Amino acid sequence: MHEVALAQSIVDIVREQARANHAGCVKAVFLRIGALANVEPEALSFGFESAARGTIAEGALLQIERTPGSAFCAGCGADVQVESRVALCPSCGSGQLLITGGEEFRVTELEVS
Amino acid sequence: MCGTCGCGDEASISVEGEGEHVHVLADGSVIQHRHGDHAHAHSHASDEHEHLLPDGRVVRHTHEGGGEPHPAHGVMTTHDHTPPHQHDAEVRRIAVEQDVMAKNDRAAELNRVRFAAENTFVVNLMSSPGSGKTTLLVRTLEALKGRGQKLAVIEGDQQTTLDADRIRATGVPAVQVNTGKGCHLDAEMIMRALAKQPAPVGGTLFIENVGNLVCPAGFDLGEGKKVVIASVTEGEEKPLKYPDMFAVADLVLVNKIDLVDALGFDLPALEKNVKRVNPKAALLKVSARSGAGFDAWLAWLDASARQTPSVKTPPSREARPA
Ligand SMILES: Nc1nc2c(ncn2[C@@H]2O[C@H](COP(=O)(O)OP(=O)(O)OP(=O)(O)O)[C@@H](O)[C@H]2O)c(=O)[nH]1
Ligand SMILES: [Mg+2]
Ligand SMILES: [Zn+2]
Ligand SMILES: [Zn+2]
Ligand SMILES: [Zn+2]
Ligand SMILES: [Zn+2]
Ligand SMILES: [Zn+2]
Ligand SMILES: [Zn+2]
Repeated sequence: MHEVALAQSIVDIVREQARANHAGCVKAVFLRIGALANVEPEALSFGFESAARGTIAEGALLQIERTPGSAFCAGCGADVQVESRVALCPSCGSGQLLITGGEEFRVTELEVS
Repeated sequence: MCGTCGCGDEASISVEGEGEHVHVLADGSVIQHRHGDHAHAHSHASDEHEHLLPDGRVVRHTHEGGGEPHPAHGVMTTHDHTPPHQHDAEVRRIAVEQDVMAKNDRAAELNRVRFAAENTFVVNLMSSPGSGKTTLLVRTLEALKGRGQKLAVIEGDQQTTLDADRIRATGVPAVQVNTGKGCHLDAEMIMRALAKQPAPVGGTLFIENVGNLVCPAGFDLGEGKKVVIASVTEGEEKPLKYPDMFAVADLVLVNKIDLVDALGFDLPALEKNVKRVNPKAALLKVSARSGAGFDAWLAWLDASARQTPSVKTPPSREARPA
């Protein structure tokens, strides 16, 4: 359940940003989570709810944008989309994929009032 | 929740024998405090707010009792709150673009700089519960001790000091970090442990992470090398089931090879699965029980320690909390 620790980091970022921007209330928190980021969105939302309790982030909506994993295939030279680290190349079937994207885990935006 | 540090109510994270401890705040600054001073009794209810102090630290507090200064954290003096923050009705968007792991990464960087300054080679040992991390460490320490190396261990477990006790029985200093409900070590916990037990200057520091193949993978501790142990009692598919962990390994140590025949374990299949997830990782086979394969493991440690960046100047003592 490292989503609890991750949720705490998100709440820390939200608080810091809300303070810096003189926000009174945080309505929504926008996240971008890559398919290969090792983060379970459901567990994260659950963790966020409890981590946000008693802070300015309490009750804020989590808006999660998923981005696909991408890889370069050393077998055929194609740039391909992958769902996991152990995927096979969809064009040539090789397992020699070098992950090139989809590991990001960011707070992108806040909606505040 | 503690207003100075964000420590949980349970104060669930603890370092054995710890008094004052450090925290890395969201803005990257490091503060030091002790929980005995305020006992975490204060609540940070609805009027809780934050202040940026002139020295860059951030404190959170409430004005329970009508604007009284809140001396518990030893940093607040009276201050006014003009202009009061207002709740403008207007809804707006703020662009943030912050990496959620940034706070841990900053703390890890601070650790890394310190390890380089003190010329300490640091190994982060990770595995499922019971793969043999402590058994392997005990045998490794016995071997390295004989060569006059300076050694120390940080032990991570949710509860108990049992593993640290096993390490101390070898004569090597160890400090236990209990993560409570947490299932991994993070860089700040390492910083706290180092305040209690300094890194061995010019030597090797082993960190035994919490037994868990999932989230320790995501938390950089500032270590030099990540070693993932997979024991042959766990099945050949572990790397495929836990790819994030195997993907970050510098070395995969296959442990308990004394049991290969009894279990009919398929070593080549395991090796193939490791390669598939992480073609760059080194792989060695050992038995922490019999000592088989230890020459190669100790040689890998030697070679890795020599590659680790170090700064040849003496460590700066002022930079460290007193
Ligand atoms: N047969 C055999 N047993 C081993 C070997 N290494 C460890 N064990 C046994 O495996 C069990 C667990 O070992 P530990 O060293 O406590 O494992 P750990 O990874 O530190 O466990 P946690 O700290 O609880 O995550 C113990 O009973 C050890 O004696 C080995 O190489 N061969
Ligand atoms: Mg152990
Ligand atoms: Zn965890
Ligand atoms: Zn307000
Ligand atoms: Zn291909
Ligand atoms: Zn506190
Ligand atoms: Zn604290
Ligand atoms: Zn105040």
